[in-house]
Amino acid sequence: MTKTITLDGKTIPFTDGQTIMQAATAAGEYIPHLCHHPEFTPHGSCKLCTVKVNGRNCSACTFPAAEGQDVINNSQELTDDRKKITQMLFVEGNHFCPSCEKTGNCQLQAVAYYLNMLDDHFPLFYPHREMDASHPDVLIDHNRCIFCTLCVRASREQDGKDVFGIVGRGINKNLAVNSASGKLKDTDLDKNDKAAHICPTGAILIKRTGYQVPIGQRIYDHHEINEVTLLSENHHGE
Amino acid sequence: MEHFVQHLCQQHHFQTNHLLAILRAVQARYLHIPEAAIEQLADLLSIPRTQILGVVEFYSFLHLQPRGHYDILISDSITDHMLGKHAIMAYLAERLQVAVGAVRADGVVSLDNTSCTGLCDQGPAGLVNGLPLTQLDNSKIDQIAGLVNTQTPLVDWPSELFAVRDNIQQTGLLLNQPITKGEALQATFALGTSATLAEIDQSGLRGRGGAGFKTAMKWRFCSEEAETTRYVVCNADEGEPGTFKDRVLLNSYADQVFEGMTVAAAIIGAKQGFIYLRGEYLFLFEPLQAVLQNRRNAGLLGNNILGQVVDFDIEICLGAGAYICGEESALIESLEGKMGIPRNRPPYPVTQGYLGKPTVVNNVETFLAAAAIAVHGGDWFAEIGTDKSKGTKILSISGDCARPGIYEVPFGSTVQSVLDVCGADDVLGVQIGGPSGTFIANDELQRKLAFEDLATGGSFIVFNESRNILDIVNNFTHFFAHESCGFCTPCRVGTSLLKKQLDKIIEGHGSAGDVVALEELCQLVKNYSHCGLGQTAANPILSTLERYPELYQAQLKKISYEPGFDLDAALETARRMANRNDAGAHLAQIGEDHD
Repeated sequence: MTKTITLDGKTIPFTDGQTIMQAATAAGEYIPHLCHHPEFTPHGSCKLCTVKVNGRNCSACTFPAAEGQDVINNSQELTDDRKKITQMLFVEGNHFCPSCEKTGNCQLQAVAYYLNMLDDHFPLFYPHREMDASHPDVLIDHNRCIFCTLCVRASREQDGKDVFGIVGRGINKNLAVNSASGKLKDTDLDKNDKAAHICPTGAILIKRTGYQVPIGQRIYDHHEINEVTLLSENHHGE
Repeated sequence: MEHFVQHLCQQHHFQTNHLLAILRAVQARYLHIPEAAIEQLADLLSIPRTQILGVVEFYSFLHLQPRGHYDILISDSITDHMLGKHAIMAYLAERLQVAVGAVRADGVVSLDNTSCTGLCDQGPAGLVNGLPLTQLDNSKIDQIAGLVNTQTPLVDWPSELFAVRDNIQQTGLLLNQPITKGEALQATFALGTSATLAEIDQSGLRGRGGAGFKTAMKWRFCSEEAETTRYVVCNADEGEPGTFKDRVLLNSYADQVFEGMTVAAAIIGAKQGFIYLRGEYLFLFEPLQAVLQNRRNAGLLGNNILGQVVDFDIEICLGAGAYICGEESALIESLEGKMGIPRNRPPYPVTQGYLGKPTVVNNVETFLAAAAIAVHGGDWFAEIGTDKSKGTKILSISGDCARPGIYEVPFGSTVQSVLDVCGADDVLGVQIGGPSGTFIANDELQRKLAFEDLATGGSFIVFNESRNILDIVNNFTHFFAHESCGFCTPCRVGTSLLKKQLDKIIEGHGSAGDVVALEELCQLVKNYSHCGLGQTAANPILSTLERYPELYQAQLKKISYEPGFDLDAALETARRMANRNDAGAHLAQIGEDHD
């Protein structure tokens, strides 16, 4: 017999071991997220995927689906609060969309549009963060890092390397690379590594590929992130 | 150094679990963690250097840049402030000729703030190279400055500088009659482990760290796991500002705490236990090792305890300055030599804890009580207290009272009754359960200390009418921003935003909507954070905003909006570049009101 949960009043099936996120994606329901990617171990840190499970806030990407759960994903309260969490990610770093190569392909920007974010709301932190252009093929702009750890997980779990790590505590967290010099050029990162292509923002970019697709013709210029994500992630839920 | 690190790793059998202990040793020897040591450790332990760097940057007592030969830290807890910390720090900086947060040019001494050192009943307090300095005053500072400037080794410093007193002011059910060594284990083996667990169940004992999960239930869950390698962990990472009772229990009742852990081990079938001792309690490390050795010699630890088929031993692991490690899953991460980041749950530690194995984590006081219950039975304990909160609670009382120290009181006692015994009058309010708990005002003193009303891990800070509530809230809010682990967005960014927003209001830059914005932010951080730290970080603001809204409102300007930063100062670079300084190159902070 198929086990089910209720998502926004709709009955959807799940299999044992699935998270709420996996069950929802498989059922064609989008739950906003940034640190989650179906190919890697769930992390549960961005908190955008917070849903109400039987009245309690849980991260959909890490919380196991279980019989009898009544899950709320679409509500005004959740949308408002997810927007504020997205605003937090914006003010914490330095995100200047108009001058960023990732604009239009950026998941942070796309989620912000999806949640109808029209301003920063919170005071900007303007942190001083470095660029690392040392690698011949890959650039790190720390200003845009949101600490989702996708590059960390991709490098470890898929590339079989350990190029990246998140170090430090609290608001001083930062993305570090695994070389004595602290520079990307001295790591074993290759431009074809998954880790070089997984960044949801413009923090990790491939050199000499900028602006090949003109602004206005990019992924999220024509499609909302919910459509794009469901299309690309649905295969993983099967 | 290469030889030192090599030898150190050998001593620790090249176990990555011991990374924190290894780094503590490197820090102590070289005053920082040199880059070369990180390289060597990555190689010897076969872990990425980012993992080592992560740990070094995570814990407050580890540094990438050298500290002074004498590294002096002064406790920044509100109670230390109330005892004159500000003036003490200024005098210390002047006498030592070093700025707060800096290392003196000759490298001899460094000075900085640190979170609560657990010496709130004998502050202003601090640490020198990890050892406690209590009741600091100008004459002691003169003495310390002299010892530093003559570079007198710490072992030759007068011992009274390091005197830490128990200050046990009122004993009760537990502290009146400590068990004799081995008594709880004999009782457990005589009665049988299942019957002993039934007694603990009968006692109604709930976790003493503050969360109050039923102890017997936790132990039963763990014992029912299919995986038979299990662990017992004692949480002695007493970091909640205003709490210091575990320090006293480990100083004077350690045998009973270890016995409680051993009873737990016998019940759940664990062979290995750990006590995670906060780095601030380094001075207890050697005495506790001696207690453990005595217990091994007496057949109360090791193989075949008291001739039974029970093998169990306890290892002491030191923290390195991180409040978050009091959260049980962060504590387990730290025990494994990692950054103290709380895990996603489920799974809970009772099913997947230390090294992924079933693990019971309990507070120091919980183990102390469990040992007594094993001896005296469940009813003995359950007779005292309230319906849902059995037995007694050991309180750490500090702040504005005549007799700060340790008080054991029955659960259900009113706050007023506690204030009467500790000698507090002219009370403005009391912080119950530390910054993560609740601030109660002086018209609520009939409220009860119990899980039904005011749950508490034992921190009890008294404020008299001379204190400024916003100063208190400010201290607590800055504390949480400093201690947030940074894992999740709402806490990492939210605690810093709370700090900024509160500072803005307190400094008089707030305008009409700013208190509402503050409250909204509080709710966001509270409702969406990953763990207890973020979920309670807004409590100081929320609990005072509810009681004293007028205090916050009075700070606001009578204008509709003021920017959160200095507009004119922000133009300074542009003025310099344009070589202009005319009136048109300046901006007023507050614009004309447009109707």
